[in-house]
Amino acid sequence: MIELDRLTVKMPGFQLQNVSLFVDSGEFFVLLGPTGSGKTVILESIAGLVPISDGLVRIAGRDVTRLPPEQRRIGIVYQDNTLFPHLTVMDNIRFGLRYVRQDQCQANLRIAHLVELLGLQSIVRRRPLNLSGGEKQRVCLARALSTNPAVLLLDEPLSALDPNFREDIRRTLKQLHGELGITFIMVTHDFGEALYLADRIGVIQRGTMEQIGSAEDIFLRPANPFVAGFVGMKNLFSGCVANGLFSFGGLQCPLPAHTAHDKSVMGVRPENIVLRKDTGFAANYVCYAGVIEQVAPAGLWHEVSVRCREACFRTVLDRNTLQAQRLQEGDAVYLGFDAGAVRMF
Amino acid sequence: MRQMNKAPVEPSGETALVRRTVFSGSPFLYLTFICSTVVLLFIATPLLQMVSQPSPASLWETLRDPAVLSSLWLSVYTAAVAALISFLFGTPLAYLLARRVFFGKKLVESIIDLPIVIPHPVVGIAILSLLGRGHPLGQLLDRFGVRIMGSVTGIIVVLTFVGLPFYIHAAKAGFESVPLRLEKVSRSLGAGPAATFFRVTFPLCWRFMLSGVIMCAARAVSEFGAVVIVAYHPMIAPVLMYERFTAYGLQYSQPVGVWLILVCLSLFLAMRLLSLPARVER
Repeated sequence: MIELDRLTVKMPGFQLQNVSLFVDSGEFFVLLGPTGSGKTVILESIAGLVPISDGLVRIAGRDVTRLPPEQRRIGIVYQDNTLFPHLTVMDNIRFGLRYVRQDQCQANLRIAHLVELLGLQSIVRRRPLNLSGGEKQRVCLARALSTNPAVLLLDEPLSALDPNFREDIRRTLKQLHGELGITFIMVTHDFGEALYLADRIGVIQRGTMEQIGSAEDIFLRPANPFVAGFVGMKNLFSGCVANGLFSFGGLQCPLPAHTAHDKSVMGVRPENIVLRKDTGFAANYVCYAGVIEQVAPAGLWHEVSVRCREACFRTVLDRNTLQAQRLQEGDAVYLGFDAGAVRMF
Repeated sequence: MRQMNKAPVEPSGETALVRRTVFSGSPFLYLTFICSTVVLLFIATPLLQMVSQPSPASLWETLRDPAVLSSLWLSVYTAAVAALISFLFGTPLAYLLARRVFFGKKLVESIIDLPIVIPHPVVGIAILSLLGRGHPLGQLLDRFGVRIMGSVTGIIVVLTFVGLPFYIHAAKAGFESVPLRLEKVSRSLGAGPAATFFRVTFPLCWRFMLSGVIMCAARAVSEFGAVVIVAYHPMIAPVLMYERFTAYGLQYSQPVGVWLILVCLSLFLAMRLLSLPARVER
């Protein structure tokens, strides 16, 4: 459906290098990366809104690299404030209709359907100025979908919203994707959003694609320390392989089966780590003695830092476990994790 | 300072104590107030003095003088044409400057500012030396029947020259005030560059452009130094005023000045009203 072939975009102070990507028809693809990594540039080059230095963009098999945006049949939704302030909500939604060759009747039907689907009936006569953040994003969605595009591009559509609106629009996006069956490409820096919405995820850093894979792939099998860190694998330690063991920070860990010997970073997800006051771990667990350095509440969970020799592990515990085990800062504990849960890079 | 204490709207029955706590203290505030007063008086007093000097009779008398009428009309008309030309030719340039990054942009911006910096008679001399009879370009124009020296065309050329920068600055600020993403969204919805300009960009920044037109026309109406070199005749109002001043003295130049002020003020006021933002949605 959408194919980027060694796409290169040069901008002052930034460069997108050789990004290749294939997004299937009807897929929900998420580009994940930190601010300034080039996600928006990829999105805008698909839309034809930035000049491309090298490489190709194909939509539905057609080379559109030199095609102006108005001929590409794409819809785009930005983070915020992109409604035309001088037009009413309805005029915003109908803005692009005159450029699509189509039956007037059908167009009206589709608009009515979109308005209903997105719950905009009560605000179509208003101007964008006083709409809530969630309403604005719904109108943007309706407007982008009004011209019946083949692809919907979403540039951090949830980032500027209050948490409660965010959840709401997130659900709407999932529902829209299911109902319309068109291709969605979304850009975000929030791994939670990506996991919730994406069929596949591409992780990007400083203009280079780091890994492309299914949401599960990225989450469980990150390809390198950057991706691992970005998807919440907070325990990353550099060290070296010696005698079939990985040495780091004064500790040693058995290597997972079939590990090459040139690995230099080890990673464990925080939720794979178990804390106990005794050493009664299962046989396949790796176990270290340590001291609780910090217990910090983080929403539904508590973040617990445990120091073992020079290595500082981070794990998460719910309140009940924390209280039941009477774990406090300064306590000596045993820390363990399944040897199979270790990722080597 | 007493006046200032009265300034805020307060419900009756407020004690003097409250007022003092609001406004006592800050010497900085007093300083800003004093400076502002001085500035306002400096601008308003000479103008008020001039407007109040001529008797209504002499004003009426002046208005019946055909030389005065035609000079006033010529001033307004040439300034309006200069503003219109600036609008037509300056808008695309302002759009480029606001939206594009290109090599030599700073140089282009400096060139646009030149007419503001250069002394006015120098502008007149420069234009005459290029378009006058001494230069091939001037001779070419002359062959087509276009005369710059002592003609309305010449006046308009000069006024456009000095007014253009003001329009371009305002229009550029206007274009910059329209988020680029709105234009991008419009393009993605199928509107081409021209449709995007007329349906999105222009409706969102025409107030800036109108205020640029006003600034440009205002600057053009007030030009004297450059015009007097290129075209002493036909006489625009400032030149007529100058002539009356040198030939007959202060008293005879004042009424013309008053009429010029009145005409300009009412025109600009009308355009300002037009450019006021519309009522906010309920």
